[in-house]
Amino acid sequence: MSCAFSTIQELRKQLLAKEVHPTEVVESLLDRISSVDPKLKAYNYLHPERALESAKKADLSLPLGGVPIAIKDVINVRGEPCTCSSRILEGYIAPYDATVIERLRAAGAILLGRTNMDEFAMGSSTENSAWGVTRNPWDLSRVPGGSSGGSAAAVAAHEAIAALGTDTGGSIRQPAAFCGCVGLKPTYGRVSRYGLTAFASSLDQIGPLTKSIADAALLLEMIAGQDPRDNTCAPEHAPSFSKKLGEEIRGMTLGVPKEYFVSGIDPEVEAATRKAISHFEELGAIIREISLPHTSYSIASYYLVATAEASANLARFDGMRYGRRASGCDDLLETYGRTRDEGFGREVKRRILLGTYALSSGYYDAYYLRAQKVRVRIREDFLAAFRDCQAIVTPTSPTPAFCLGERTEDPLQMYLADIFTIAVNLAGLCALSLPCGFTRSGLPIGLQIIGPMWKEETILQVGYAYEQSTDWHTRRPPLE
Amino acid sequence: MPTLGIDVAYVADLARLRLSPEEIETFGNQLEQVLAYVKKLEEVDIREIVLIGEEKGFQNRLRSDCPLPGLSQKEALQNAPQQASGLFLVPRILE
Repeated sequence: MSCAFSTIQELRKQLLAKEVHPTEVVESLLDRISSVDPKLKAYNYLHPERALESAKKADLSLPLGGVPIAIKDVINVRGEPCTCSSRILEGYIAPYDATVIERLRAAGAILLGRTNMDEFAMGSSTENSAWGVTRNPWDLSRVPGGSSGGSAAAVAAHEAIAALGTDTGGSIRQPAAFCGCVGLKPTYGRVSRYGLTAFASSLDQIGPLTKSIADAALLLEMIAGQDPRDNTCAPEHAPSFSKKLGEEIRGMTLGVPKEYFVSGIDPEVEAATRKAISHFEELGAIIREISLPHTSYSIASYYLVATAEASANLARFDGMRYGRRASGCDDLLETYGRTRDEGFGREVKRRILLGTYALSSGYYDAYYLRAQKVRVRIREDFLAAFRDCQAIVTPTSPTPAFCLGERTEDPLQMYLADIFTIAVNLAGLCALSLPCGFTRSGLPIGLQIIGPMWKEETILQVGYAYEQSTDWHTRRPPLE
Repeated sequence: MPTLGIDVAYVADLARLRLSPEEIETFGNQLEQVLAYVKKLEEVDIREIVLIGEEKGFQNRLRSDCPLPGLSQKEALQNAPQQASGLFLVPRILE
C-alpha cells in the first residue's frame, strides 16, 4: 500500500524501521497528487524538486523527520509564491518564512506544496479562489468547505500526510467536517501568526488538518509556543498535547448547548451528533445540557468585527511595494483604485466595503463597537458554561458539504454555514472537528469539541477517546 | 442603529476600490441585506459592558528594542512592481 495513505504516526514508524525512505514518501505523494489532483485541485502550487531535495537530506531523528506537510497558500514560505488565492498577489515570492514554517523545518518536516483556499481566507467553500474551485473528495459536485478547503481535501484524499490551515471563523473545522478529517483551531495566542497574511487579527489562528487526533496533537506541539515576533502569541506553556491521549474520559462532564440544536440543522447531522453524544455517555462521560444564550448573535457580531479588521489589514495591498499594480493610470488614487479593483475578487471587495462602512465616521459606535460588546457577551456565555463542564460537544456545521455554486449568489446564506464555529473564534477558545458519521449519500459529518482557552489537551483527549472507539476515520473517499 | 441606505460609491472611495456601476448596485443590495441582518445586535443589552482592551486578560508583551536581522534591500525590493536604483518607483503625488 502506498505510504501516502499513512498518518504521521504510521509514517514515522515506517521511516524509523527503514521500511520506506523519505524520497519514496515524497514520490508516492507526488504520484497520488498526479492521479487525483486533476479532479480535486487541492493544490495551488507544487515544487517537487525542492520536496525531493529536502527528502534526501531528511533527518529522521527529528519529530517530523521525513514527513511531508502541505501548507495553506496564506502562510509565507521563503522563496515560494504566497498568493492567498488572489490575483493581487500573483507573482509574489515570499522573502521570509512564517514562524510556523521555521518550526516545521526545525522539526524535520518536508514542505510539499501550497493548498487552495478562499481568497484571503474569506469564504466557507473555497469557491472564492482566483485559481478555481477545489472539489470535495467524497463527491466531486460538492464543495470541500472553506476557507482551508485545499488543505482539507488534500489530507482527506491522501494527497498530503497532514496540512496546515487557518481558522478565523471555522476555516479549519468546517472543511475538516466536510472532507472527513480532523481539524484543530488552537486557542487564540497559542500559535504565532508571524508570516500569516492577516485577515482578522483578533480571530486568526493557524492549526493542523490531519488524518487522526494523535497527528493533530503532534503537529500542534511542533508549531505552538511563544514568539517574540507576534506579541499576541501568549507565554502560556505549550504542554505535550499528546500526553492525555488514551486517558479515559469516565467522569468527565461534557456540555451540550441547547441553542445548537435548532431549526435549520440537517436531520442526518443532528442524528449523527446525538449518536456521538450517546457514545460519550457509553464511554462514561456525564452529559449536561448547557445554554449559550447569545449564540444567535455570533454571526452578526463576527461579520462586523472580522470585516472591519479585514478592511484595515487589506489596505496594505495597494500595488506599491509588492503584488500587482494596474498599468496606464494617471495618478496615485487611480492606481490604488484600479489595482484593488482588478486584484481582488467579489467576496473580498464585499467584505472590505462592509468593514469600511462599519468603521466609518458616524457608524463606528452603531456597528463595530456594538459588535465588539456583543462579543464580550458571547465570551461570557462560554465562561459560564465551562463552570459546569470541561468540554462542549456540538455539530461542526449545520449541514454536510453543499453543492458547488449553491450559495455563491447569496452571501448571507454562505455566512450562515459558519453558525456553529464562529463563536469559538469570537471567544478565543480552542476547538476541533473530527468525523462522527456519514450521510446516506456518503458525505462525512463532523463533530465539534470545544474547550476553554489553553485546554487543547482536554479536547484532544475527548476526541481521541471517541476516535479510538469508532471507525469513521478509517473510511476513504471513492476516488479510485 | 442608523437607518439603512448605504452609499456604496462613497464607501468604495474610502476603501480605495474603483467599482463598476454593476458592482455598486449588486454590492449595495447585498450589503443592505447583511446590514438588515446585523440589526439584530440591537436586541442585546450591552449597557454595562466596558471594553478593556479587546481581549480581557491579554496584555501587551513587548520585547526589548534591539536590532535583529531584517530583509536586505534586495529582498525587500524583489516583489516591487517597479523599481530603480534600489528604490520603489511609485506614481507621482505632487505636481
